[in-house]
Amino acid sequence: MMTILFCGMILSGILLGGLTGRMPQVSQAAIEQSGEAVRLTLSLLGNFCLWGGMMKVAEQSGLTRAAARAFAPLTRLLFRGIDTGGAAMRAITMNLTANLLGLGNAATPLGITAMKELKKEERARNTATDNMALFVVMNTASLQLIPTTTAMLRSAAGCEHPLDILPSVWIASAVSVVCGIVMAKLLAGRRTKR
Amino acid sequence: MSALGDWAIPSVIFLILLAGWLRGINVFDCFLEGAREGISTAFEILPSLVALILSIGIFRASGALDLLTAAAAPLARLLLIPGEVVPLALLRPISGSGALVIFQDLLTRFGPDSMIGRIASVMEGSTETTFYTIAVYYGAASIRRTRHTLPAALFADLTGFLMSALTVRWLFYS
Repeated sequence: MMTILFCGMILSGILLGGLTGRMPQVSQAAIEQSGEAVRLTLSLLGNFCLWGGMMKVAEQSGLTRAAARAFAPLTRLLFRGIDTGGAAMRAITMNLTANLLGLGNAATPLGITAMKELKKEERARNTATDNMALFVVMNTASLQLIPTTTAMLRSAAGCEHPLDILPSVWIASAVSVVCGIVMAKLLAGRRTKR
Repeated sequence: MSALGDWAIPSVIFLILLAGWLRGINVFDCFLEGAREGISTAFEILPSLVALILSIGIFRASGALDLLTAAAAPLARLLLIPGEVVPLALLRPISGSGALVIFQDLLTRFGPDSMIGRIASVMEGSTETTFYTIAVYYGAASIRRTRHTLPAALFADLTGFLMSALTVRWLFYS
């Protein structure tokens, strides 16, 4: 899938750029964007350290275990066959909590830990398991309760009640998360029956 | 309400450190160990980030996105999504920073309290950068076959966009 996306976007981009005479922009993008990825990584580095360190402290003090136990009734329903006290479920719980609280910068390193632990626990090689796919889908749909960046930009644009959209945001994200979960479960079921 | 956002990070840090300290663990050494792992994680995702950002950069620079927007606009209007927010809907899953630029442009052009401004705000606030998440998570876990992840994630995005337009029309303009 990633190969199709990677080649598809680049090849179609270059072809279209050639046809419409936008080769200078395409060529510039090719050079500049690789550097952009490095700048992004460097800007993320501090965050990864901060939350990596915090997560370790929370692990050692038993905080993540307590959180995993508190959310177990829900997470057990979603992630079938994963040990509720295990490292994978603890990381999943912390990632979902960080997402709800709007700590996007903490959610990413926690989510990566969760993926590695899922891979270990489910003995996956280079193919995603149903639980991995479900977990990634939940992360691609927004779980954030208060969209702080959006609210900030709205008030910067002169809005007096930047959060009057909250009910709308909650309904839209809830529906999209549920649809994502249902779709992931449906598609997963179809493939395993084959 | 925005104050709640300002409180989230400090209170989480406070809680974690307090719990660690009270439990009598060596908080500082523990933090350093975790931070060291954070460095390797950040560099592990670098190759997938380069691949993703490069392909999106070339795709956008070629004008392919404008073509897609023009093609998708009539369909979107059929689904009650105004044509003006279609570029945002198309860019939101693939580029977080690109979507922010378009979002800001929509806010200044139509105002945050217009219908278009509100729909754009709900779209921006209720969805995530899907491709980035998929590339980074699977890249770090070195998973190549992602199976049904992308279709399910894009389906969730699509329902999110539809619901953004519908709920704003329903809650503000009915």
